[in-house]
Amino acid sequence: MKELILVKYGEIALKGLNKNTFEDIMVKNIKRRLKKLGRFNFSRAQSTLYIEPADETADINGAVEKIKKVFGVAALCRACTCEKNFEDICAKSIEYLEDVLPYAKTFKVTAKRADKAFPMKSPEICMELGGVLLEKFPNLQVDVKNPEITVTVEIRDTNAFVHAENIKGAGGLPVGSSGSAMLLLSGGIDSPVAGYMMAKRGIHISAIHYVSPPYTSERARLKVETLCEKITDYCGNISFFCVPFTELQEAIKEHCPEEFFTIIMRRLMMEIAQRISEREGCLALITGESVGQVASQTMAAIACTDAVCRIPVFRPLIGMDKTEIIEISRKIDTFETSTLPYEDCCTVFTPRHPKVRPQLADVEKAQNSFDFEPLICKAVENTELKVFRCDG
Amino acid sequence: MNVYLDNAATTKPCAEAIDAINLALAENYGNPSSLHSFGLKAQLAVDNARKIIASALSCEAECVFFTSGATESNNMAIRGIVNAYGKRKPKIITTSIEHASIKETVLELENKGFEVVRISPDKNGEVNPVDILNAADERTCLISMMLVNNENGLILPVEKTFKAVKRRFPDIITHCDCVQGFMKLPVKCNELNADLISLSAHKIHGAKGVGALYIRKGIRVLPIITGGKQEKGIRSGTESVPLIAGFGAAVEKLSDTVKQRYDRVSELKKFLVEKLEELDGGEITFNTSEKCSPYIINVSFEGIRSEIMLHFLEEKGIYVSSGSACSKGAKSGVLEELGVSSKNADSAIRVSITAETTEEELEFFVQAVSQAQKKIIKSK
Repeated sequence: MKELILVKYGEIALKGLNKNTFEDIMVKNIKRRLKKLGRFNFSRAQSTLYIEPADETADINGAVEKIKKVFGVAALCRACTCEKNFEDICAKSIEYLEDVLPYAKTFKVTAKRADKAFPMKSPEICMELGGVLLEKFPNLQVDVKNPEITVTVEIRDTNAFVHAENIKGAGGLPVGSSGSAMLLLSGGIDSPVAGYMMAKRGIHISAIHYVSPPYTSERARLKVETLCEKITDYCGNISFFCVPFTELQEAIKEHCPEEFFTIIMRRLMMEIAQRISEREGCLALITGESVGQVASQTMAAIACTDAVCRIPVFRPLIGMDKTEIIEISRKIDTFETSTLPYEDCCTVFTPRHPKVRPQLADVEKAQNSFDFEPLICKAVENTELKVFRCDG
Repeated sequence: MNVYLDNAATTKPCAEAIDAINLALAENYGNPSSLHSFGLKAQLAVDNARKIIASALSCEAECVFFTSGATESNNMAIRGIVNAYGKRKPKIITTSIEHASIKETVLELENKGFEVVRISPDKNGEVNPVDILNAADERTCLISMMLVNNENGLILPVEKTFKAVKRRFPDIITHCDCVQGFMKLPVKCNELNADLISLSAHKIHGAKGVGALYIRKGIRVLPIITGGKQEKGIRSGTESVPLIAGFGAAVEKLSDTVKQRYDRVSELKKFLVEKLEELDGGEITFNTSEKCSPYIINVSFEGIRSEIMLHFLEEKGIYVSSGSACSKGAKSGVLEELGVSSKNADSAIRVSITAETTEEELEFFVQAVSQAQKKIIKSK
């Protein structure tokens, strides 16, 4: 008996002439994630990707877990391949569902006949197969409204397939189909969620993080690296840039008025991020800001930050409540790590009373009192790169 | 010649584990909870071991919690779940052939008023998933079922049972004591459908005094040991960095060879069974079937009581167990539950091997058995 995984496309299926490009990217993303799970064969037809274990080393359970998190996939299911005749469909169904049906009370059969040349019509397949299963498993009863198990038969061009569970995919567009962008990753709850959301729209993410040793610890950096690693399941490989930020922060503290500490720091972060973006070919910045959450995220403060930006800044969480953000962070499993209690560079030198509605002119004046350029160049130059891979 | 055939009781620590333990003990002696970098170094050693074990289970590292051993893991699983969910759902289902750390724990809870259902193996000596499914209901908070029985090596249908239970009652929490299966059979937590899995280090060439509990994300286990909130508050007390590092090193060494070792041990078991069958000194009954783990061979020699045989073999430098080593020779009743006659249970010997066991050692054991049969049965 041959078991395989059927991967159904989401939005890609609706694409026109460039559908193949999207499809290629998605298949590549899936292949990369399954690299360490043994050998699989891939084939595609009728907006479905067929992933078949090539030998017994292939870890099909592990593969399903990985594919669930690949953007572009609407749904997936493990299925058993049958020959396109009713006898084989019955025999394989009984064999394949032996682990499931003896322990269930109710079931129904649904059929999808994509190949209209198949002699039996869908309702006929349902009735006949239902009858066979009822006879084989006397514990079962038919319940078409709310069955414990739904047995699905798909008659396709090459083969027929039987399966008993449909798993929801991650949706969205395949990562890489929309270009690259740089995520400002702090270590808090919001930024990993922002990265996840933009990756869902097909953007390939690089991440940038600022450290201020000795004020911030190695543990804080490790925490951010853990977050980065966690989102690779969704986002694919991530280049992680770690910027030494201590000297800049000390200079801000020394030369600028306290009320503008945070806003100037944000502007410098944006400046460094876009310099590295330009170098790396990222077309936009991504932040986890949400209006009004903290002093640096008021509309006035965002306007002051954006004034230094030459490339678009995506803020997917801009209109979301904290509770909604937390819900997603739990789903993508970053919440626990995000809430570890280490100091990060944003909390070093926090002003007692930050300006809630800063005027751009005031901020620029404050910032111009010192020439940050050499320190910015130095920070960019000393930025360290680490790559997190999704095939681990 | 010393022949150690009691590997289900404990195993010889491997060199890798001993090195890792020594290193952590002598040099990496920081407290993992200290904020400074020396503490961080100790924490990284713990986290590294956690990652190795998680990868062997195919789960995420955060789901692995270190304990002082499988007895604590089993206690933590059962008491922790009952404390969290038992008020509304006061029913526990388990089997009648569990290890003492499960058996005694549920017995105590039963005395406190919990309803405990113990499913016995059927007449073939096997646990039937349908029996457990039929016992499950909305009032059940926990089902605990071991993967491999420690006395005769029976492999229980954990995967099937838990899958069926979860399908009908998704809220019932499933626990599997995998001590005799981990690193011996291919155990993956997503395949077992278990929410909790208990592991021990010293059964797989690590040190005594360390074990782990896998807890699926989203399952609430209330701590039974409170204090400094180590292990995310689930198991307080400073982590035993050396023993944990040794556990990790042992798993790392074994995790790539589960299949090869399984095949090798299966060969060894076949060899031993054949050699024993060739003996003509008395009636021999195997209390194991093909459904059993090859790592454990339970066999009864008619006319020779377990303990007499054990000491006779000991004289020759061969170490085996009578039934389960934990009960120090006391009859556990598990063999009878598994369908072994009372007479055979009295003369049952548990031989437990590893992939390092050799044919020569087994042959030496068989010769000793033959001598015992001649000497003891004749002298009666």
